[in-house]
Amino acid sequence: MIIVDIEKKLKAYHGQQVLKVAEKFPLGSITQISGPSGAGKTTFLKIIAGFIQPEKGSIVVDGVSWLDTASKTFVPPQKRMAGFVFQDYALFPNMTVKQHLEYATNDTAWIEKLLSIGKLETFVKHKPEYLSGGQQQRLAILRALAIKPKLLLMDEPFSALDPEMKSALIGELKVIFDELGLTVLIVTHNRQELDNISNHSFFINP
Amino acid sequence: MELNPIWLTLKLAGITTLLLLIIGLPVAWWLSKGRSFFKIMIEATITMPLVLPPSVLGFYLLIAFSPQHGLGKWLLQTFNIQFVFSFQGLVLASVIYSMPFMLGPIKSALQQLPLSLSQASYSLGKTKWQTFIHVLLPNIKPSLLTAMVLTFAHTLGEFGVVLMIGGNIPNVTRVASIAVYDSVEQMDYATANVYSLILFTITFVMVVAVFIFNKYQLKSPLE
Repeated sequence: MIIVDIEKKLKAYHGQQVLKVAEKFPLGSITQISGPSGAGKTTFLKIIAGFIQPEKGSIVVDGVSWLDTASKTFVPPQKRMAGFVFQDYALFPNMTVKQHLEYATNDTAWIEKLLSIGKLETFVKHKPEYLSGGQQQRLAILRALAIKPKLLLMDEPFSALDPEMKSALIGELKVIFDELGLTVLIVTHNRQELDNISNHSFFINP
Repeated sequence: MELNPIWLTLKLAGITTLLLLIIGLPVAWWLSKGRSFFKIMIEATITMPLVLPPSVLGFYLLIAFSPQHGLGKWLLQTFNIQFVFSFQGLVLASVIYSMPFMLGPIKSALQQLPLSLSQASYSLGKTKWQTFIHVLLPNIKPSLLTAMVLTFAHTLGEFGVVLMIGGNIPNVTRVASIAVYDSVEQMDYATANVYSLILFTITFVMVVAVFIFNKYQLKSPLE
């Protein structure tokens, strides 16, 4: 179980608002996170990954405390090793497709499998600037999976994909999620696209 | 005409650039993250040589490292190092004087990289150092080159600060810019012209090379 109970002040155009989340996510579940723009969905994922610290709260993952502001416990992102798919992809401009995956893992068989899932086998020597938006997004997903994380955090991961590619990729990802026993939190604006794979949904109110 | 001042100048610029690269990279990285009052003060101090008359900086360095008293005396007695009227003094002054030229472009380039690049690397289990070496540094290459060339070229053109702390000792502290001044003082315009022409050519070629390189490279790697 992942138990989250956090409070974080957000800067908003009309002043300040507070992101408050108290929720439990079962291990192995796939959760859709939705909510209006500016509600703090991305911030919530980044707090779980350890990139942002909340003013108050705690995060416990499978019995291990990742964060507890009361006891000043903070596990850095490097130790949390939560796979993260960024909304802006955050691909490394200096690395080719293959180098992205090799930077994350030494497991060559796993790299080959990921490249096949993302249909990027023929683009291994391409740098991000020579990939289409959809290819970049798939690479961002593959990179996050390369470390075989236990927890995967995805920030609008399918927004640049055409419907056909999206449905094929989601189908393949579902198999991977099951294989790895992944717990997945996916921020999405399109709730229907994940109806087939998600078994939990969660709404963040501003 | 001696070529020694030219060699001395190139040696000084090379050593200064190398030292500033070693010092500048971690300092620029540190300065690029967050903005505490302490960091602002450090940054302002490092930037001072840009606006301060070189003779003022040279004067204070001369006082600080004078072997007759204070720090200079202690360095001489403890480590047998003398910065005044010596080549190492020129290196020290040049490092301080050219520091903003190395730090500025590197710091700006690091600040322009999206935060998510570092975060993506951390999420893969990479340390801050691994992230710096494998992700951040390769993506600021054009700015790094600009910083190195600016530092080198700026050191070639130093005059006031090196004259104050180094004086005009042939083969030790008599760099090309001082040799030009010295030749003019002696009404030897021909020699002054040769030194000037060599300095002009070296700096012009370097600056043009950077402009050509950056024409193709300087665009942000994220464009």
